[in-house]
Amino acid sequence: MANSPVTKKSAATSAAPPVSSMSVIVPAVAWLIPGAGHLIQKRWGRGLLLMASITAMFVLGLLMQGRVYMPNGGDILDMLGFVGDVGAGGLYIVTRAMDWGHGAIAHATADYGTKFIIVAGLLNFISVADAYHIAIGKKP
Amino acid sequence: MILNFSHFTAAVLFAVFASVVFGITQRNSPREQFRYGLYCFAMFVGGVFVAGWLMWLLRH
Repeated sequence: MANSPVTKKSAATSAAPPVSSMSVIVPAVAWLIPGAGHLIQKRWGRGLLLMASITAMFVLGLLMQGRVYMPNGGDILDMLGFVGDVGAGGLYIVTRAMDWGHGAIAHATADYGTKFIIVAGLLNFISVADAYHIAIGKKP
Repeated sequence: MILNFSHFTAAVLFAVFASVVFGITQRNSPREQFRYGLYCFAMFVGGVFVAGWLMWLLRH
């Protein structure tokens, strides 16, 4: 009975990555502090570069008077903007706590800033996935 | 402090940061990461020039 459901299930289970505490902690830390997921796994160079790039992009977006989206249920583009922004984790939380990122509509640079903030969050999502892959041994 | 970048400066800064993240996350070895980061940067900046010329052609 090589093709029985029981055999298939056990094969699928053995192929699944092992669940360790690192595979849970790393994505959470990586989301909260960009680059920290790599740093706690001793990938110093990668972690510092990711931290510098994502943080610089987010801060430059704020300094360009970019807008930070709120979790309102209004326009679909506002909701997508919020999803992007919230990817920056701790940076987004601090920005909201300090009441920054109201944006300015007077000049085009502010619109670039809004995009910088969103993309910084999206890049951090990629960074989180990469840190998770390192934690489960899928990537060196 | 308020920063007022030109469109080109903002696009190049965007390219630098995005290329660093793409390079690190999409390749495994340091050499591959560096090469892929440079490739992404070239594509971003090249895309800016191509889009710029296309808009110029549409305008004229």
